Formats: sequence, C-alpha cells, structure tokens
Amino acid sequence: MREKILKAINKNSKLSTEDLGKMLGISEEEVKAIIKELEDEKVICGYPTLINWEKVENEEKVSAIIEVKVAPQRGQGFDRIAERIYKFDEVSDVYLVSGSHDLTVILEGKSMREVANFVAEKLSPLDAVLSISTNFILKKYKEHGLPLVGEAKKDERMLVTL
Amino acid sequence: MRNPLSKKVVEIKPSGIRKFFDIVSEMKDAISLGVGEPDFDTPWHIREEGIYSLERGRTFYTSNAGLAELKEEITKYLKRRCHLEYQPSEVIVTIGGSEAIDIGLRAMLDPGDEVLIPQPSYVSYLPCVTLADGVPVIIELKAENEFRLTKQELLDAITDKTKVLIMPFPNNPTGSIMTKEDLEEIAEVVIEKDLFVISDEIYSELTYGQDHVSIASLPGMKERAIVINGFSKSYAMTGWRLGYAAGPKEIITQMIKIHQFAIMCAPTTSQYAAVEALRNGDDDVATMREAYDQRRRYLVTRLNEMGLPCFEPLGAFYVFPCIKDLGMTSDEFATTLLQEEKVAVVPGTAFGDCGEGFLRISYAYSIENLKVALDRIENFVKRHKGE
Repeated sequence: MREKILKAINKNSKLSTEDLGKMLGISEEEVKAIIKELEDEKVICGYPTLINWEKVENEEKVSAIIEVKVAPQRGQGFDRIAERIYKFDEVSDVYLVSGSHDLTVILEGKSMREVANFVAEKLSPLDAVLSISTNFILKKYKEHGLPLVGEAKKDERMLVTL
Repeated sequence: MRNPLSKKVVEIKPSGIRKFFDIVSEMKDAISLGVGEPDFDTPWHIREEGIYSLERGRTFYTSNAGLAELKEEITKYLKRRCHLEYQPSEVIVTIGGSEAIDIGLRAMLDPGDEVLIPQPSYVSYLPCVTLADGVPVIIELKAENEFRLTKQELLDAITDKTKVLIMPFPNNPTGSIMTKEDLEEIAEVVIEKDLFVISDEIYSELTYGQDHVSIASLPGMKERAIVINGFSKSYAMTGWRLGYAAGPKEIITQMIKIHQFAIMCAPTTSQYAAVEALRNGDDDVATMREAYDQRRRYLVTRLNEMGLPCFEPLGAFYVFPCIKDLGMTSDEFATTLLQEEKVAVVPGTAFGDCGEGFLRISYAYSIENLKVALDRIENFVKRHKGE
C-alpha cells in the first residue's frame, strides 16, 4: 500500500487523503497514517510544484548544469564535499555521477551574472574542487516526467461513444 | 424511380438514444462520463514506431490476413496472456474488433440461423447478425447475477435453430466479467448443444483483481470459438482501428475471404505500431490498468455513498449503477442530469431494453474530472430523491 500511495502522489501531489482512500480502497485515516510514516522516514521529502518560470512575468530565472570534478576526501568519499555544495540555497540539485566528472550540480539564479559569481566565488575556491564546467540551460522541455512546452492537453474525444 | 434502398438495411433500427446524442453534442460545456474509449494517449514508443514505418516508406498493402510478424506476435501474446495456442494461420488482422465481429458472423451464418446475444451489451452485435441474415435472439442478463450469463438462461434460449452464442465479456456497459467456473458451465452447454461461440474479449486486459479467462482456453472449446481482441482498449489505440480474430482455420479462412474482397487489409502503419505494442507494451498496459483500477474504486465507493447502488464491476472501464430509487427511466435521468448539471452519462437502455433502470458511467477520465462530475451527480440525486 505504501508503494501504491507513493506512485499515486508522485504523479499528483494534490490528491486529497479522502480521495486517495477511495481510490485505493482503504480508509482516510489509514492513508494519513501511512503518509505521516513516509514523511517521518523521509521517504516523502517534500511537495514542490512544477512551474514553468519562463511564462511568469517579472520573474527572471537562470539555471545552469555544472559539472564538477572533485578530489574525494579520505574516510568521507564524496559526501562531505557534496554536502558543502548542496547546503547553498542557490543549488537546487546535486548528483554524484559516473563519467567525465564527479558531481553534477544544478544551480538556479536570477541572472547569468549571479550564477557566474556563485561559481567563481563559492564553488571554485573549495579546496576539493579540481575543475568546473558550467552549462547554462537555454530552454527546458521536460522536468519530472512532465513536458513544460506545448499547450495544455484538451480532451479531443467525442462526448459520447458507445 | 425505384426505391434505391435495401429493405434489410432500412429496417435496422437506429440507436434508440439518437435524440440524447443530439442534445449532448450541442452542449459545448458539458462534462462527459459517456465515452467508450481510453483517455490515455497511445504510448509514445508505439506511436513512434508508426511514424518510423511511414519514414521507411512502408505505405503499401500487407497480405490480406495481416503482416506475418504481427500474426506471429499475436499468437505469442495470446499464449502469454490468455493461455491460448494458435498458429499464425489461425489469425486474421482486422479493422478493429468491430470488423472481426461482422465478418465472423458472416462467415458462420446461413439465413435463419439463430444467434444468442446476451444484453446489456455493445450495440453492434444485433445489426451485424441481421446483416448476415441471421436471427438475433436476445438473452436478458439480470442485475441479481451481476449481469453474468448463467447456464439456465442459456439453456432457456436455445432452439434447434441456434448456431452461435456471442460472449461479450468483460462487458461493455456493465463491467461484469465471467470467472473460469462461470465459463465452464457455459462451455458444457455449448458443447452439448453443438453451438459455436464468438467471444468478444476486447477488454481482456482490463480486469481487476483477477486475470481474464478466455472461454476458448477451456477443454473442447478451441474448435468451437472465435476469439476477438484488439489494440483499442488495451493499448489506448482506438483511432488506429486495429483488431484481430483467432479461431479454427476453416472459419478464419472464410473470414479472410470476406476481408480480402471488402477491406483488402488492415492499415499498414497501424500494423507496424501494433507489433511494437505486443513486443514492448506489457508495462504500459499494467500502468493503465492500475490507473483504471483506482478510478473504478473511487467511482464505486462514491456512487454507493450517494445512493446509486452498483455492484463491483471487475472489468472494462464502466460502472453500471441502478437508478430505480429515483423513479425516473434511464433516459429521463440522463436527459435531466444533462440539462440540470451538464453531465453526460449513457442510459442503460442504449445497450438493450434490460438496461432500463441503469446508467453506464465510464471511468476513462482523470480522477479530477470524475470528482467534479460525481459532485454534480450527487447534487442531482439529493435534489431528486424522494420526489
């Protein structure tokens, strides 16, 4: 049942506990208890909303994917340096990856200058950081499994078919 | 001038709810729960394969019975999902399940042969029987049996002219299914009375809590059954118009003959897309089934709570609540609901006279849509109950 609840709200976090109960055939109280449990265990870490900021006036946002090569530290591997990086508010995502670099960091700022300053003043000076490659995002097509471009989907079926 | 029309065709009754359809289609802002097709888009990898086949210039006819590789995949699929063993030569690819129903009947019927049609059921069986010069005989299924066909009902309908029994399960509009035990009783009669079965299993992938059982998989039934299935419901591919029939080679051969002269072959693009669906689409089907299942539970719970009792339907994507407590006919209920709350549902009578007192509500809609529509139906029921 935990998996079923997670799958349902992963797609749509707006579902009420009452509706979830009816959809899954359990009581609303059971749904609430399971969700509380999942939150306590940090299986559910938050309920953000997917927004296409390009369509929002007076709200400039610039994002960049930053590839960071780092020197792992004795006894702590990559976790310590990853933590030093992800604690910055400007950082939205941090992943340890295989391949040509070690950490993929996604930064969000108000302008290219702000992102550039952050890279120059906060990221580069870190002792463990060996090299940095900054890729500004020019257009977002899809995030979290949802397309950000195109029009809202309309139901094009005929109203009644047998 | 002579009458240009065939008497047989003119005498076929148009759908009884034509008037209702007309009102619905004029109402632009109505919320509909009246649709008989999935709300999902065809999974992208399947559409992409169709596009690729066009890019490759695969724009020619296929052989009459269908692409060899598609028939091969269909036999594998039927074995994997329905425990049915067929050779590719026992399969014909058709324009949707609907064509398979039509040519199956035409291949099997002589004038005067009686065909048993359990109702409520899909609207095309009866006219197709008439067009094939058969005589339709209706078996009225009962709410107390959750609209399953019973052995006794079948026995009561059989005469010495009966040749074919149509088995419409999982059922549109009631959502009822037949368990293996239910089917065994029917199969016993079919064999004893020397009948044939056309089993319309188009909703076979949409059963909840238990797997679909094909009547053709029961001992002694394979040689007496044509299994009809397709891609419309399971893979959300209604507009591709692609279905198939599997059955004894002698029947399929005659069906291919009709198909060859009337149709030539099913659409080539759709056939290539269908190969991809059968090879790599099992996960998509499972995802959609789970979504339907959640909506189904939501709908059944809410309808029962608001005083429109319904049994738990275990198949297809329809719920068939009873409205008899409100003192209206199905048609009155549907028409008034549409006028007062702008929600479209289909009166049960569209699927046979014995659908009177019931509605077909489709859950091929998002939960958000269902919620809004059900809130309105609830208002409607509150307002009219005890009038």
